Amino acid sequence: MKAIGFVIVLLTGGFLIYAAADFPGWGDPNSPASLHVSPYYLENTVEQTHVPNAVTSVVADYRGYDTMFETTVIFTAGVVCFFLLRTLLRKEPEDRLYRHVLTGVTIRVKEGKLPPSEEFERIDTTWTPHDLIIKTICRLLVPFVQIFALYVICFGHYSPGGGFQGGVILGASIIVYAISTDLRSELQRIREKTDALLSAFGVFLYAGTGALCLLLGFNFLDYHALAPILFVNRVMARSHGIFIVEVGVGIAVMGTMIWIYSVLASRGHYDEGL
Amino acid sequence: MSTQYPALLVTIPLLSGFVISAAGWLNRRLCFYIAVIALAGSAFSCFGVLLQVLQEGHVTYHLGGWDPPWGIEYYVDYLNGLVLVVVSTVALVNLIATKRSVEEEFQEKIGPFYTLYAFMVTGLLGIVVTGDAFNLYVLLEITALSGYGLLGMGKNDRATLSTLNYLYMGTIGACFYLLGIGYLYIVTGSLNMRDIAQILPSLYGSKAVLAAFIICLVGVWAKMAFFPFHGWLPNAYTHASSAASSLIAPLVTKVMIYVMIRLMLTIFTPAFTFSVAQLSKPVVWLAVAAIVMGGIFALAQRDLKKMLTYIIVAEVGYMVGGAWLGNRAGMTGAILHILNDALMTLCVFLVAGNIVYKVKGCAFDDLKGLMRKMPFTMGAFVVGALSIIGVPPTCGFFSKWYLISGAIQAGQYAFVVALLFSSLVNVVLFFRVIEIGYYEPAGSHHGHEHHPEPMDEAPLTMLVPLFIVAAGLILVGLYTGDIVNRIIELAIPNGIV
Amino acid sequence: MEDIVQTVVAKYNYWIYITLMMMGLYAMIAKNNLIKKIVGMNIFQTAIILFYVSIGVKKGATIPIIKALHGHHEAINPAEYMNPLPHVLMLTAIVVGVATLGVALAFAIRVYNRYNTLEEDEILSQIRTKTEEI
Repeated sequence: MKAIGFVIVLLTGGFLIYAAADFPGWGDPNSPASLHVSPYYLENTVEQTHVPNAVTSVVADYRGYDTMFETTVIFTAGVVCFFLLRTLLRKEPEDRLYRHVLTGVTIRVKEGKLPPSEEFERIDTTWTPHDLIIKTICRLLVPFVQIFALYVICFGHYSPGGGFQGGVILGASIIVYAISTDLRSELQRIREKTDALLSAFGVFLYAGTGALCLLLGFNFLDYHALAPILFVNRVMARSHGIFIVEVGVGIAVMGTMIWIYSVLASRGHYDEGL
Repeated sequence: MSTQYPALLVTIPLLSGFVISAAGWLNRRLCFYIAVIALAGSAFSCFGVLLQVLQEGHVTYHLGGWDPPWGIEYYVDYLNGLVLVVVSTVALVNLIATKRSVEEEFQEKIGPFYTLYAFMVTGLLGIVVTGDAFNLYVLLEITALSGYGLLGMGKNDRATLSTLNYLYMGTIGACFYLLGIGYLYIVTGSLNMRDIAQILPSLYGSKAVLAAFIICLVGVWAKMAFFPFHGWLPNAYTHASSAASSLIAPLVTKVMIYVMIRLMLTIFTPAFTFSVAQLSKPVVWLAVAAIVMGGIFALAQRDLKKMLTYIIVAEVGYMVGGAWLGNRAGMTGAILHILNDALMTLCVFLVAGNIVYKVKGCAFDDLKGLMRKMPFTMGAFVVGALSIIGVPPTCGFFSKWYLISGAIQAGQYAFVVALLFSSLVNVVLFFRVIEIGYYEPAGSHHGHEHHPEPMDEAPLTMLVPLFIVAAGLILVGLYTGDIVNRIIELAIPNGIV
Repeated sequence: MEDIVQTVVAKYNYWIYITLMMMGLYAMIAKNNLIKKIVGMNIFQTAIILFYVSIGVKKGATIPIIKALHGHHEAINPAEYMNPLPHVLMLTAIVVGVATLGVALAFAIRVYNRYNTLEEDEILSQIRTKTEEI
């Protein structure tokens, strides 16, 4: 298999390199890619959408339809992970491990009987002792990370940023909390049902904005239709439409990141994990 | 509202996917009904678009209000319109027919199943209707991801590894397609299909354009299981649940054939595909190999579903070979076969689903005596078998006729021999199954009193859609002349003789 | 000879990314462990993303955020801003790559739950012995 693989790879690579001989050079400002479609975006983004960041305006407005499907892709990945791994009918494990909080003694209780007193906490087979330094620092970090994430989403118009980037940072803040304490306490704060409904709501916000434009008589995702609703002129309506859509993307990505992480880390059981 | 049909046909299933997902958490019984309403609305929009195309010749829709090539454009012509109607109808019929088996196989996970179903239909319809090459890649990935989810969740243990192999091949295919589009973007600077077709003719001599064509083709072939990239298909479709396989088997490979024909006819015009690229002969030989190999492997199988999947491999060979013959008859045969093969595959896979629902297995040993026990299901199976073999007046005969006459016209006699060989092999395969259906189960009744097996047919929600499909096979066959003259002839551009 | 050297130097980004792509493709085809195949898939997709992004570079250009705003109406010269379109396309491709990675890992976990190993030859021999028993 390795020999066949090597031969295939050599042939394919040789073919690709041979074909690349016709390409324009690295950094050439006169290549067809720089001359045909993209100058229109750079020249017209400020006057048509009032958004100086050309990447955001192309992502969320000129090619906003692609981005809607991209958000659907990430939501689909969350649904597929859930569909494949999640075992909803949990068999209660027969032997459970309990740890006395004050002294650190671990006992094993058989067949679902209750622990001797309230001072015992339930632990998993993969439990590691909590490190006070990591736990405290992560708890201090999480609010700052979240504020930065909201900044990234909102300032996507004027600086590098946008819905995806901010959404991933938001999701990462929750995952940092889950890694530093344990999955069960993170799930107590954000339940799985909330996660799933949040991600669905985020993408629904995006597609719903498009459908709203359609119902108001314009084409799908034509933000001009929002001008009478938001009481602004048409150009500002595009800018606000981009913002609404980016918020939807951010919510969807956050929900899905947390969902995929919790499904994969707990192998679907949701009662064991970090 | 009728100008908005192109957007509605993709948006309704998409929005319904999110609603179904929420309903799966809140109230599970609503999921099926939301899905039916959404797919019915989408099918209605598809018919509306096809009627508009028949009146006006083509329909364009600018998403976001931006003109192409700066925004994304939907461009529906005769080829699109036909495939749209096929995809949405097959998906709707399959949804209704598999309600019972879905409820039995996925009890609490009905919400995610119907969500993935809705997204898969969204992806397939979007691939067919779009006029932008990169948008096609994104929709390809939606289809692929929901397909992995639907196929990977089967009661059979082997579903997981088979789907993982499908995932690797599918990702390689999609990445190659993306790379090909990248090569095209470097040399033309545009992503809109018709815009690229306008810029390319001055660049036909360049190596990059030929390489882009071959890379995109290889990517699409990997996704449609064309020989030699077919290894993933039999395992992935056999071990999946019956509801998932009867959705995916008729549709995904046919939509990939549509993408290939789009590449050949619209982005790279027929002048390039057949004259400059010089690929017709090797591709037709590969198609011959696919047909022969699919037939031989199908003969060796002892399980009904696996035999049917090898028949799919051979059918893909028909369509790719027909499209690459280079003349009108061959291309007509290939496009007509998209319609016919979707219906035939749906028919036989629904039969397999009914059999699995009742008998809990579909190896040949489980099929004994089924002609008495499930006469209606096996009747529909006989109609589907006749169509796959190619007996008039079922539709399969007409597409084979066009393919054979196209092959004789192009001088590709190996292809003619392969088609006839495949028909003979299909006769053997299907008559073997029908014969096993007539045997009594072993050890049941000796002696003169032959009590016939009590009829234990599948429930009505599974039978009625099956009859509609079987009747459709005959109806489409009878109306072939209309379909070819009014739609398919106009779908092929004038560059082909 | 001068020509070839010139070509190689002027387009070195393409050679590097194609080599990286082929390394990822080799890992997907030839390795036995499922996780190594998934890593190879990731390398392949990442190399394509880098390939696209390198298309948009222009000599001496800055990031595509227009400097003229709020009353400065200088003419915008597209040659001094990078091409935004490949960046947009690759945002999508990165997200698609992450989604595929998540799904592939979910499959790998399921395979491990069932067969207790991630090496493909061991899994295939387990399947073969099981079908021989039946």
